[in-house]
This record gives sequence, C-alpha cells and structure tokens, in this order.
Amino acid sequence: MAPGETAVIAGFHDEELSVKLLEMGFLPGSSVRFNYAAPLGDPVCVTISGFDLSLRVSEAATIAILR
Amino acid sequence: MAQSPHLRIALAGKPNSGKSSLFNQLTGLNQKTGNFPGVTVDKHIGYCQLNATTRAQIIDLPGTFSIYPRTLDEKIVSEILVDATGENYPDRVVLVADATNLKNCFLLLTQMVDLQIPTILALNMVDLAAQAGMEFDIAQLQKQLDVPVVMINARTGSGLDELKEKMAAPLPKSSLHVYEPDAELIPILDKIQAELHLKSRHAAFIVLQQWNQMNFLPDPKKKELQQLAHDIRFFPAKYQGAETVQRYGFIQGVLNAVTSKVADKEWKKNTYRLDRILTHKIWGYVIFLFILFSIFQSIFLIAQVPMDWIDQGFANLSSYLSGVFPDGPFFDLITQGIVPGIGGIVIFIPQIAILFAFISILEETGYMARVVFLMDKIMRKFGLNGKSVVPLISGWACAIPAIMATRTIDNWKDRLITIFVTPFMSCSARLPVFAIMVGLVVPANNLLWFINLQGVALMGLYLLGFVAALGTALIMKLWVKTTEKSYLLMEMPTYRTPKWSNVGYTILEKTNAFVFEAGKVILAISIVLWVLASYGPGDAMQQAEQRVTAQAQQNNWSAEDTERVLAAEQLENSYAGKLGKFIEPAIRPLGYDWKIGIALITSFAAREVFVGTVATIYSIGSTDDTATVKGRLKAEVNPETGGPRFTPAVGFSLLIFYTFAMQCMSTLAIVRRETKGWKWPVIQLAYMTGLAYLSALAVYQLMA
Repeated sequence: MAPGETAVIAGFHDEELSVKLLEMGFLPGSSVRFNYAAPLGDPVCVTISGFDLSLRVSEAATIAILR
Repeated sequence: MAQSPHLRIALAGKPNSGKSSLFNQLTGLNQKTGNFPGVTVDKHIGYCQLNATTRAQIIDLPGTFSIYPRTLDEKIVSEILVDATGENYPDRVVLVADATNLKNCFLLLTQMVDLQIPTILALNMVDLAAQAGMEFDIAQLQKQLDVPVVMINARTGSGLDELKEKMAAPLPKSSLHVYEPDAELIPILDKIQAELHLKSRHAAFIVLQQWNQMNFLPDPKKKELQQLAHDIRFFPAKYQGAETVQRYGFIQGVLNAVTSKVADKEWKKNTYRLDRILTHKIWGYVIFLFILFSIFQSIFLIAQVPMDWIDQGFANLSSYLSGVFPDGPFFDLITQGIVPGIGGIVIFIPQIAILFAFISILEETGYMARVVFLMDKIMRKFGLNGKSVVPLISGWACAIPAIMATRTIDNWKDRLITIFVTPFMSCSARLPVFAIMVGLVVPANNLLWFINLQGVALMGLYLLGFVAALGTALIMKLWVKTTEKSYLLMEMPTYRTPKWSNVGYTILEKTNAFVFEAGKVILAISIVLWVLASYGPGDAMQQAEQRVTAQAQQNNWSAEDTERVLAAEQLENSYAGKLGKFIEPAIRPLGYDWKIGIALITSFAAREVFVGTVATIYSIGSTDDTATVKGRLKAEVNPETGGPRFTPAVGFSLLIFYTFAMQCMSTLAIVRRETKGWKWPVIQLAYMTGLAYLSALAVYQLMA
C-alpha cells in the first residue's frame, strides 16, 4: 500500500497477534487507511475507524487486505 | 456493599482516555503511589469524599484496551478484576471513555459488564467530540447498555459532581450479557467459578484462558487448569478472536443507535499538519534532537543552581551542628554521617523534577508517541525500544532520573536492557574526575587551530560510554530470554496542550518515590562508607593523631598544615585506608597504588567523591578546586620509579575505569527499586566493574 491509500481488512495470518489487532479495532470488513510511514520506512501510521495508531511493518504484514 | 461508607472504586479505560486527569481531579493531593506486589507496576491509590457520608478509595488501573493482557501493566488489570477475593477487587468500576473514539473504549466496557462488576460509564472529551461534529443520544446509550452514563470533562472538572453522586449511589449490575461462551464450556466454567469464588462465568472463562498469568492461584490449581484446558482442547487465541469480533458486532449496533452523526476528519487536521513536520524525515529528527538537547541542558545547567544551594545548605547545616553539639561518636555520626547522607539524596531532586517535568509534558502533548515512531527502528536493532531514547540521553546528565523514566517502556525486556545500559552514559558526576585526569595527562595543545586536544579526549570518553551502552544492549538482546513478545501497536494520540496540574502530580510522585524508596539504601551505604573512612582498627587513629601532633610541635607547623597532614594520616589509618591497602595487589596491574585504592572505595558512594578523597589523601586539605588538586597530583612522585606518580598510562587507565565502572550507589539503589530485587543491580555492578577493570588493565599494560 502507498501512503493515502485505503483497503479493506480480509483476515489475519498470525493468530496470536490477531487478537491484539482485533482489540484495537482491526475488524475484518472494516477499512484501513495507510497515512504515512516513519522516516526509516518502519513503523507505519494507519487510521482504522477514525482511530490513528502506529504499528511495525512486521505487524502490519500479518493483516490480509483486499483492495 | 452498596451502602458501605467505604467504597473501593477502580478507574478503567484505554490509555490516553483521560483516566489520570480524572484520578487527579477526584483525589487531588490525597493520593499515593505504591507498587503492586511482585511487579514494578505503579499502583495509584487515592481517596475521595463522594458526599457527606461516603468516602471512596480510588484505584487508577493501568490503561488497557481489553482485559486480555499484552504487558505487565495489563496483566495487573485482568487479575484485579477477576479475583473477587483479592484485596484490590473493586466494588464498582468507572469506565473512562474517550468520546471521540467510543468504539475502542466500549470493548473494555462490555467486558466489565460480563464480569458483572457494577459499572459507570464516564464519557470524557465530549467537547472534542462536539468539535468533531459528533452527537450522542445519552438516554438511548444508557438504555442500551443498562449502565449509568455521565458526561465529564476531566481537564476542567465539569460533570464531576454528577459523577461523584452516581459513584456514591446504589449501583446495580448491568442486566446485559454481551458474550456467551460455547454451550459445552458452560458446566466447566460454572465449576471453576464456584471453586474459586469468582463473581461471574466470564471471570471463570478468563481464568481458564490465562491461568498462568493469575498470581492469586496456587500452583496446584494452575496445574489443574492447565490439564483441564489440555483435555478439552481449549485454544485461547481462537476464542479471544471470536469473542472480540462478537463484542464489536454488539458495539456497532449500540453506536448505530446512539450516534446521530459520525466524526468528519476535519477536526484532526491540525494533528495531521503537525505530524507532517514532526515526523518529517529531516525536520522530525532535527526537532527531536533540539528537544533532547533542551532537556539535557536543563538537567545539566538549570538544575545546577538549586543543587549548589542544597550542597552548600547541607554543608552549612553540618558545620553549624558540629559547633552546637558536644564532641562524641554519636554526634559525629549525625553531623558527618547522616546529615551529608541525606544531603546526598536531596541533591538529586532538582534533576529528577526537571526531567519528569519534560517527560510528563512530552506524554501529555502526545509527542512521546511520535518519538517512539521516529526512533523505534533504530533502537530495535540494539534490543531497545523507541521509548529508550529519552532515558538513555537523560543518562548523560544523571542515571537516576533516567532509570526512573524507563517506566514508560511497557515491554519488560526492552525496559530491563534500557535500565542495564543507561549507567554507561557518562553522567555529570563523572565530569569532575574526567576534568582532573584529562587535565593531568592530556596536553592542552591545539590539534587544529580551534580543536583542543583535551576537548577531543573528553568527547572520546563520552562516545566510549555510549558505544559501551549500545554494545551491552546488543549482548543482552541475545542473552535475556523472555516469553513476552515485543509489540509496537500504539495509539497516535491527537496533539493537545498539556494539563499543568498533571505535570505537577508527576513531578511530586517521582520525587517522592526516589526520596523514600531509593533514599533508604543511599543513606545506609553512605553511613557505612563514612564509618569506614572515619574509624580505624584498634588505636591506629589515635596513634596517627599523636604522631602528627608530635611532628607539628617539632617542625612548628601552622594549625592549618597540621590539620591537613592529620586528615591524610587518619584516612590512611582508617578502615577505608586499610581496605585501600588490602586491594592494592588487585589494582597494581592497573597502575594504581593504595592511595588511589582508597579513592576508588570512597567514590563508590558517588564518583565525584574521588576528587575530595584524593585531595585529602595527598594532604591538599579539604578542597574541591580542580586546579589545586591537579597541580598537587602533577608533583606527586612514584617512590618506585622516581618519576611522576600520574603518568599518562595511569591517567588513562583511571579515565577508562571511571567511564565504565558502576561507582554509584544511588544508581544501584534505584535499579533495585525498578527491578524489584537485588539480582539485576548485583549483575550490573559485577559486569560494569569487571569491564572497567579489564579495560583499565589493558590500557595500562599497553601504555606503560
């Protein structure tokens, strides 16, 4: 994804982490917007249901998205 | 319980929901910070008079999104809320919700409701929500959730009277059940609930999932639960995921019914605009460096003024008291042992207060999350965390507030590594030692027309400490094992102006924690060191005195000279002097004699004591004046070689030793407090002293 793009969450690849992601509001079917990345490319800042948070690229990579 | 005059009420909610502001508003100065048993999680407890007859104990729980814990802080929350027999189990909970982001806040709310703890929903930041164009139907919300809802502004305190009223009034449990576990689990859960005296089926469900996190369970019970979970093939992650999805389904339904308008993005545009600068790939780092520099300068320079007052004040008090008191060992203990010992604790307060003022402002404004965002990738390479940056840099001023500041790091391993390596950062107490030794062994020549060789040497020492910190972090990254996974997943809060009273409370809390918890150890060690330096075995001290008096009469010394020589002789014959001679064989390979040995021992209290001890032992008199001490040391002759005592080899060996060695009991005391035991401070002391010894050995042997 490029900064400014929006995608829909399809599912998760990592079961343990998925619980945490779900709690923060990453629900399958909801849309997630990639706002910007940190200067070194990691971590990234995203918006999910009006809520801004940052996560590492390795963590974001466990989220399956549909575009 | 509802009519009891003494209620226990817990504040729960996600981080940045304004929980701490509400806690400060409710309890004011009537609060204290302790520790939850066995873990280094701050336990904030305060008292609040809700109405004429009801007084409540308020517990501010660590901020969490749900009761499924990721960090130490969050484990505490789930344990407190599940263990109905525990001493911290609340009679009721006030759930503080950020009105601009209800969806995330309601997850924890539905869990409270399922735990059947009577709950009040405090809607905070309604002003911000209104700015964002959101509208709520409070009556509908109350009806849907079956809990009382109060709108508050935790920053201004409005809505608090109504909240207090609701907190004191009888409060039934919500009739709502949001999540029901699978039917086949129900008999098992009911059995666990009855056996452990839990308040709800959901509590039993959590125990079954997290038996290994629940410290209140005795070990055989944990084994039993482990076996049970294995037998019924119970996989927590699967259930938690399904549960969360189901809860959010319910929450979405409630939100659809109560919100008439969703937020537009407009209200956050200032935050986004600021982020574009503050997380910019060049400006972001420039601004961050500037802020760090300001913090560093403030701790280093501004704190110096009150520190000098404190230093002078305690010295005056000490000499005033010794004038008033009669002679005797007991009064000496007070004037020379206890008073300076307390002074040695109080002297750190300005630095601690200033550092925590800055850190609290960084947290309050929301900038700290951006610091982590900027630095996480770099720091992770060294086994550290984005939040390690502020403690590490503060370590250049003083390791004590810096180590206290590591509490903002929620991953235990990252925090431990940060605590462990911070004392390598060359603190301001090393500077007097560096100044003397560099001045002694490095010529003041100019390397280029403006670069002074002594300056280069000093900078090299600072760099060396920094490299040692990073290198040690790398080693520890591989060595320390943990079951706790490192996540980042962190909210990027909207920028806000800090609430100054919260900054004030943070300063008070940290200063208190230092003075009353680390202070005890510092005072004890400084008294021991004073005894070592003031008393000697048998009548060695008296003999020394007689010898000096006789010499003085013979040679017609002035009173001042006599005192100077006497102080040196007495120190030589004290227990510290004996110890210095005792360790001489061990430090001889580093190029040190017993006189330097004494200075090493006494400066274990604090590195800068080195200068004072050296002044005494070389009978310079009681002076801290660098030029005087330097001049005297330069003239000191090594009786074995006939050359100067402080050759470049000895000087550099000492410099390297002080760069690496732990030599600071206050740091040890604070590490003990932050790691809950003597294990880590002892490992740290051994590691740092070992590294210092070997490096100094190598330097001396190569140069001599």
